[in-house]
Amino acid sequence: MEGSEAFAAAAIAAGCRFYAGYPMTPATELLESMAKLLPQHGGVCVNAESELEAVGMTWGAAAAGARAATGSTGQGLSLMQESIAEMCHARLPVVIFNMARGQGDYYQATRGGSHGDNRLISLAPSSLPEAVSLVRLAFELAEEWRNPVLVLGDYYLAHMSEAVTIGSQKPLAEIPRRDWAVDGSTSGSGHAKLISPVFDAKNYDPAFRGYGWKLESMADHLTAMETSIEPMAEEYGTQDAELVVVAYSTPARYLTYVIRQLRAEGLPIGIIRPITLWPFPAAAVSRAAEHARGLAVYELNAGQMIDDVRLAVLGRSPVFAIGGPSYDGDGFGIAPDLNTDVLATRLRDALNKVRKL
Amino acid sequence: MTEIEVVPTGTQPAQPGHIVADFMPDLIKTGTHQLCAGCGEPIAMRTLLEAVSEVGYRSNAVAIFGIGCYTVFSGGIDVEVVQALHGRAPSVATGIKRVRPQTLVLTVQGDGDMANEGLQEVLHTAARGESVTCVMLNNGVFGETGGHMTATTVIGQRTKNTLDGRDAAQHGYPISVANMIAPLPGVAYVARCAVNNAVAIDRARRSFKRALQLQSEGAGFTFLEILTMCPTGWFVDTNQGPSYLDETIAKTHIPGVLKDGPD
Amino acid sequence: MTASESNPPSAPRTRGSVVVDVDACKGCELCVEACPPGVLRMTSTARNNQGYLYPELLPGCIACGLCAKVCPDFVFQVWRFDTPVTELELVSSADAQ
Repeated sequence: MEGSEAFAAAAIAAGCRFYAGYPMTPATELLESMAKLLPQHGGVCVNAESELEAVGMTWGAAAAGARAATGSTGQGLSLMQESIAEMCHARLPVVIFNMARGQGDYYQATRGGSHGDNRLISLAPSSLPEAVSLVRLAFELAEEWRNPVLVLGDYYLAHMSEAVTIGSQKPLAEIPRRDWAVDGSTSGSGHAKLISPVFDAKNYDPAFRGYGWKLESMADHLTAMETSIEPMAEEYGTQDAELVVVAYSTPARYLTYVIRQLRAEGLPIGIIRPITLWPFPAAAVSRAAEHARGLAVYELNAGQMIDDVRLAVLGRSPVFAIGGPSYDGDGFGIAPDLNTDVLATRLRDALNKVRKL
Repeated sequence: MTEIEVVPTGTQPAQPGHIVADFMPDLIKTGTHQLCAGCGEPIAMRTLLEAVSEVGYRSNAVAIFGIGCYTVFSGGIDVEVVQALHGRAPSVATGIKRVRPQTLVLTVQGDGDMANEGLQEVLHTAARGESVTCVMLNNGVFGETGGHMTATTVIGQRTKNTLDGRDAAQHGYPISVANMIAPLPGVAYVARCAVNNAVAIDRARRSFKRALQLQSEGAGFTFLEILTMCPTGWFVDTNQGPSYLDETIAKTHIPGVLKDGPD
Repeated sequence: MTASESNPPSAPRTRGSVVVDVDACKGCELCVEACPPGVLRMTSTARNNQGYLYPELLPGCIACGLCAKVCPDFVFQVWRFDTPVTELELVSSADAQ
């Protein structure tokens, strides 16, 4: 199955019944797949007039109790940021897909891209089978934490073809009932519901508290997510590595392949691949660095995840960048650097570098 | 005989009788608000909510509020409310209606919210024929931030940033939102009303009921523009609000039914 | 015959009354303007706890409900009497209250 269709099929299997999007490379095929598949499962797909309206429609669908998603590439998500922040404050469970161009959206994905104290739970698959399971996890986490969840794909994942097992459709009975969702039925009852990024209750409700309280409460919500959500990472070869590479998503897949070859030559290189970008697997990165001479961060950008790696080790280990933005002429995220020879050279150089430190 | 001037009004009258108009419709739970004296928005809110009850949707309605002075009512009415961002109520309404097609869905927005920030949203929602009812409370100013020019401010109208009166050469021309929406395909009902006198208020309520009825029939997008008084924003005395509306605002934004019934 | 001769004070002209939520009023005077028989007037000196003058009722209310309709602050509750009353009857009921 081609990537975008796999993402869409996985979402639908997880119970997603609403998607609103706007065409933008390389997220367009996800919109196409949703438009094709959702109606077949009694769902709705709307081609919105811009990304701003797409996220607004998803806001409404989620408020009304549907498992809802929206998506775009990084630039489109930039347009959505005010709404994403306010959906965090309104405690709405939505899944947001970023089919990114390169890896320049790491900050957007992990620093809550917008105003205010909010974060997206961010998941970064590196293969289609992993994407399928992470998409399903995304909907569960969104529901459990009443917080938007970001699934960070890229051009490669959108367009590659791999064999995947989507799994059976989640029966409706397993999708939790949302007591807070609106459908009009509590109007006129004296207890009409309110979904708002500003207040949790109507002003005549004894539970009413002002907007200042709401903003303050975001800190507790963030702490709860950070301490309770188990960060995920995958390691290979870190047990005896002198050089530990840190990379996520597609580049990590390439690097793992190259590292396997280099280890066969006897080079002590390992890799740790964060899967949850937020909460970041800081403890795992720190442990992986314990016996290494240094950490080499590979990302297709000018240096974003490297901040989190530095924070994870807090100076106990040298950390340096071996990646960099790498684009073909179109700028959609096909990286000439994702080439096994190029990567092998980088890794050999990095190993030599740490051996001299 | 002692001539009484003033009739006691502190409590229920002693003569047998019945109530013909209560303090508040039962869908408004919090009637006290800090909106200005003479503001037309509470009058409009009362009218809208009475209509929702009268068409039988008091237990099947969701209102999506934009951001403006009227937003104070989002927390004081016994109607399910989803609070949206400035200008963004129509898209939220679309999402709700698409997954809950049997629910009555309406937006409550001001002119600054809908015509400035959110013009794209309402136009596309109308053109797509979404079966929601959007309401624009139009007083020609951004009231909540202090009374600045919006896209509907009329030529000659004084606002905080057009103190000499809106001048087309400097500030451009106003947009008449109802007139922009009426010709779009997918639109079933468009009316512009006012709340500056009792007759206008009754017309507004009837128009809104017609819009809701058409929504319940799945006829397409319905729209109500309600001209409201803003004596503060208009720099007039509260008792001059109604006449200012007639003489200034309504000369550009002309009340009437612009479309009734789908194509 | 003059109007006052054809409508003597003893004729039943008052069809209803209002209850005024005095402290809710913000003194906008829209009710005074809206009242068809003109039986609402603002107090001359008495002010409510927000500091505003507020409406008081004279005889002759027709229970049309327009005051409640045009009021932005939900000040009025309008009553219609089962039978209209004269001013005399209003007087005696006022004394009784």
